Amino acid sequence: MQMAALPLSEQMILTLAALILFTSFLLLAQTRIVTLIHTFAWQGALLFFATVLVAIVSGRHHLLISAGLTLALKVFFIPWQLRRLVVRLDIRRDVETVGSSSLIMIGAGALVLFSYYVALPIRELSMLSTRNTIAISLAVILIGMLMIITRRKAVAQVIGFMSMENGLMFAAVSATYGMPMVVELGVAFDVLVAAILFGVFFFQIRNGIGSLNVDHLNRLNEVD
Amino acid sequence: MSALYLTLVLPLFGTLLLSLIGHWRSAGAINLAICTATFVTSLLLAIDVFNQGPLLSPDKMFYVDAFNVYLILLNAFVGMTTAVFSGPYMAHELEIGRVDDQRMRLYYSMYQGFLLTMLVALSTNNLGLLWVAVEGATLATVLLVSLYRTPESIEAGWKYFMICGVGIAQALFGTVLIYFAAERVLPGSEESLLWSVLHQHATELEPAVLTLAFVFLLVGYGTKIGLVPLHNWLPDAHSEGPTPMSAILSGLLLNVALYAVVRFKMLIDPALGSNLAGNMMMGFGLLSFVVASLLLHRQRDVKRMFSYSSIEHMGLMTFAFGIGGPLATFGALLHMIVHSLTKSAIFITVGHAAHVAGTQSIDKIRGLIRTQPAVGWCFLLGTVAIAGFPPFGVFTSEFLLFTATIKSWPWLVIPLLCSLGIAFAGLFRHVQPMVFGEPPAGQVAVKANMWPVILHLLLVLWLGIAIPGVLASWIDQATTMVVGKGLL
Repeated sequence: MQMAALPLSEQMILTLAALILFTSFLLLAQTRIVTLIHTFAWQGALLFFATVLVAIVSGRHHLLISAGLTLALKVFFIPWQLRRLVVRLDIRRDVETVGSSSLIMIGAGALVLFSYYVALPIRELSMLSTRNTIAISLAVILIGMLMIITRRKAVAQVIGFMSMENGLMFAAVSATYGMPMVVELGVAFDVLVAAILFGVFFFQIRNGIGSLNVDHLNRLNEVD
Repeated sequence: MSALYLTLVLPLFGTLLLSLIGHWRSAGAINLAICTATFVTSLLLAIDVFNQGPLLSPDKMFYVDAFNVYLILLNAFVGMTTAVFSGPYMAHELEIGRVDDQRMRLYYSMYQGFLLTMLVALSTNNLGLLWVAVEGATLATVLLVSLYRTPESIEAGWKYFMICGVGIAQALFGTVLIYFAAERVLPGSEESLLWSVLHQHATELEPAVLTLAFVFLLVGYGTKIGLVPLHNWLPDAHSEGPTPMSAILSGLLLNVALYAVVRFKMLIDPALGSNLAGNMMMGFGLLSFVVASLLLHRQRDVKRMFSYSSIEHMGLMTFAFGIGGPLATFGALLHMIVHSLTKSAIFITVGHAAHVAGTQSIDKIRGLIRTQPAVGWCFLLGTVAIAGFPPFGVFTSEFLLFTATIKSWPWLVIPLLCSLGIAFAGLFRHVQPMVFGEPPAGQVAVKANMWPVILHLLLVLWLGIAIPGVLASWIDQATTMVVGKGLL
């Protein structure tokens, strides 16, 4: 089916999905910490727009609350808090060297293909727009994982973790018009607590090993 | 019904109260009092469920049946006995300056917070809330793992946070997929994530989606169970955190994660009409069992060694639930109880032993029986029990599990038995010198309250000799719910 044949709202959702995936790739490639935080905030903003759009189109207005939570947490609170921590820990100018970055990008591309392959059985029984959105949200989750694996800086790992969370929210919003309200609230609460705990951990790691490079966390081994 | 609400409100109250007064000298006693009250209410809840059958709260938010009520009771019980141990233990840690007042508040508050999330996870009817509670348990315990602020404990905490966070995110994706499948059957319903509703409509759910969902759920909750190859966080978190935390992590958290997986398996089995979910669990379980029993040998830290033993036992239970059938399921449910009781008793003993020797290093703990016979004997008997010797309960459940395996998958008994032998050798090779060796000069006994340990071991012994009828019929009811057919 042609893209133009879809209703306008679905076209917009698909466009937003593509943009969210795009920001995931940006996160993966970005090595400057402050820019990384900004990119993450943009991904949150895209998620917010997608949620609002779905809420209006589907007429499920409780999604607007979920959108508000996304706006407050993912666009403002978490980026603001991360930025503040980065300033306080004085690592604003840090540039992370990521080894074999082109290989990682190819890997991320492969993950997108894999997500489409995994989502194949779902695509069959679903409306057109959800076909793609589930695959894309899975890809966002997997790219977030890849980011956690490839990055050595604790801040970058946290952003990878939070972008996985974005992928999950996008899956919930686009495939099922959000989760039941109590679950949305619970998940948002968990994310909030996690964001605060990450901040605590930055200081603990910094004080414990003198740097935020998690490669230095290597004292616990299976065999010594 | 009110018993259920009380069971949940008490730890919530405890979390808030102890976050304010956790540094008081009497905080340990207050913690114990709240845990005891929780245990009493959970006992009342259990009696309710026993008399009236499954309870569904009016808002359908909580659902308690034979399967989760005995785990709730077990949770509250181990929470209580560990609280007996935790009071003096943490007072000692405060005295030697490993923690300060602020961290004591954090510790006690999160002790209750952890129990709260466990009880919510067990009693909730909403699969989304189940996820929220299990993630909440990670968040509650992650700062406790790094409580001592040594580089090792911070590393363990960070690893725990990242690995479990990432793992559990997979489980949320699985939950979304389940919701997606349920929306096809019950469109627009607010109830389509309720377990009691889903279970009724299980056969109508789309199998392709559920298969995919279960893969994500097994990986996600499997990380929390500590299944190989997702187990890396577990030995670190157990060895670096305060010992009472190790006892409740090993005894309770792993059980709750396994409970979640089994709940989902109960939805997926009727929908698929095949044992696909079970086969996946068997694979992961067997791998964990074998790998953990080998890694037991290489450990130098006593708590790390016993955390590998936990992985081994969780693997065995996952394997048994995977086999399915009444006998294996009955055995696995029983094994959940005896493993929790024995393992938390062992961790408590290890805590005392570490205070006696002043270290957790296996090479340096020597001659416990000579220095402090009570600790030494409990350590030895606990290890005997966990290794699966008769007449302890672990033997009974493992015997049932192996019988079930012989019936359905005879060849798999060979790796199981070999691993059991290897694990036994690994445990005793380390434990024997610790217990019987020559104590280093100047090693003196510490003040230790061994009653919780003795109580646990006696219960395990009792379960090994004669399972009380009430409990047997409960486990049987739970078995009926899980596999559709009882054993008795």
